[in-house]
Amino acid sequence: MELIYLLFILVLSIFLGFALISRVPPLLHTPLMSEANAICGIIIIGALIAAGAEANSTLTIILGTSAVALAAFNVVGGYLVTERMLKMFKKKETAK
Amino acid sequence: MSGEFIVNLVYIVSSCLFAFGLKFLGSPVTARKGNMLSALGMALAVAATLASGHIISFQWILIGIVIGAGLGAMVAFKAAMTQMPEMIALLHGCGALASVFVDWTAYHVHGATDLTNAITLYLSIVIGGLTFTGSAIAWAKLSERMPGKPILFTGQRFLNIALISAILVLGAMFLINPARYDLFLIILGLSVFFGIFLVIPIGGADMPVVISVLNSYSGIVACTTGFVIHNTLLIVVGALVGANGIILSIIMCKAMNRSITNVIFGAFGAVVKKQAGGEKKEAKAISVEDAFLVLENAKSVVIIPGYGLAVAQAQHAVRELGEFLEKNGADVKYAIHPVAGRMPGHMNVLLAEANISYDQLMEMDAINPLMENTDVAIIIGANDVVNPAARHDKSSPIYGMPIINADKAKSVFVLKRSMATGFAGIENELFYYDNCRMIFGDAKQTVQALVAEFKSGH
Repeated sequence: MELIYLLFILVLSIFLGFALISRVPPLLHTPLMSEANAICGIIIIGALIAAGAEANSTLTIILGTSAVALAAFNVVGGYLVTERMLKMFKKKETAK
Repeated sequence: MSGEFIVNLVYIVSSCLFAFGLKFLGSPVTARKGNMLSALGMALAVAATLASGHIISFQWILIGIVIGAGLGAMVAFKAAMTQMPEMIALLHGCGALASVFVDWTAYHVHGATDLTNAITLYLSIVIGGLTFTGSAIAWAKLSERMPGKPILFTGQRFLNIALISAILVLGAMFLINPARYDLFLIILGLSVFFGIFLVIPIGGADMPVVISVLNSYSGIVACTTGFVIHNTLLIVVGALVGANGIILSIIMCKAMNRSITNVIFGAFGAVVKKQAGGEKKEAKAISVEDAFLVLENAKSVVIIPGYGLAVAQAQHAVRELGEFLEKNGADVKYAIHPVAGRMPGHMNVLLAEANISYDQLMEMDAINPLMENTDVAIIIGANDVVNPAARHDKSSPIYGMPIINADKAKSVFVLKRSMATGFAGIENELFYYDNCRMIFGDAKQTVQALVAEFKSGH
């Protein structure tokens, strides 16, 4: 894809990120960060291509598979730990 | 419609789901739904990529996913809430390393196709490399596998400058001749090495900033990797995560009244050792029994937690104390300074874990106007964030830092092990105020003793 379109997407995404994240209250900053870790695991789609499509040498197999494992760790660890934390935030009525 | 087109459509849907996930984090009521939507977006993106036809062999992918997902689930369920900062640091490191491996594979297979490609490859491996080791050091410090104090040695500045210069010069050479595989590897190696020296001089209390900065780096790496492999979804998500880290870094720095460069290059702890001038006052101690008598008559209590609460694992005992105070007719609130703990929001998570209702958790700006009408402020394991010197003592290294005005309460109890100074290495004049009393000892035991008093008193 042309570079200029990718830059277009980048700039608009940065604006979107600032708009969305500045509305998250400090109360939820830790889950916000683990959520960010989880979505950062999106690198897994690059890793899948690296491990699956270009498996033509030992080096790429090792790099690709490690990348898949690391990214999967981020995705699964990130989402589960976010869920665990968010489950704990309760208001008095429902507490206990 | 081509397969490529469909895959990209799915990527658009995933981007929207990620955005909704972050939007719903705006309130604790909708946050879990947001997390679910975000996970759905991830599942769609992975499924679309697997079905895209680019992928020929699945065996290695399967092995990678089983190992990664298994370990991820294990760590996510095992980690205690007090260990969240180190867990987050670990995830930053893994994400960055995964990006570096993807870049490396792309370079190994295709080489650098043009100048843009070479530039983004270079940025990716530099930021990714230093984020990986930087996060590893942060993880080691937070989990106390390494001393949390700043590690300084002579020639450190020189070494850092030498490393940065080498990375820049070799980078220029790589851009001129992107076919030089050796340069690629040396730059990656130096960046990995540099990450270590970037984080070892930073002390424990500055970790909230370091974690936020590393968070934005991990996003930026995903972004540059998106440019390397021409993947729009990576660019979108990388930008979102990068923005997240930047916003949190700014909030943390403001809360310490310091600049990012000062945190990263400052080594705060070593700067000022100010002698307490003027008359030497004596801090007054109080026994648990007497403290109980004051608390029994209190109508409003504000509890101010700090990292010491996490160390002592006192959150459950504190919740019990809060419940007794409420039964006794007092209004109980928790005042949370943005940099209390070792990462943004750390204290909120600990108190939520102990089943404390989140509407009792107050931000600094919301609680400060209420402090004057507060009967008792109980400070548990916090120090610098309640030091009134930050408001008026221009010679104090923490002057200008926003603090929780605990000193304005009618009585202040400080739960502390000893008279040792906080992270900034400065005396806290609050301890010598007339309305302040010290309760020495382990925070958890002290709170439990207070709870026992309430139990026997009723």
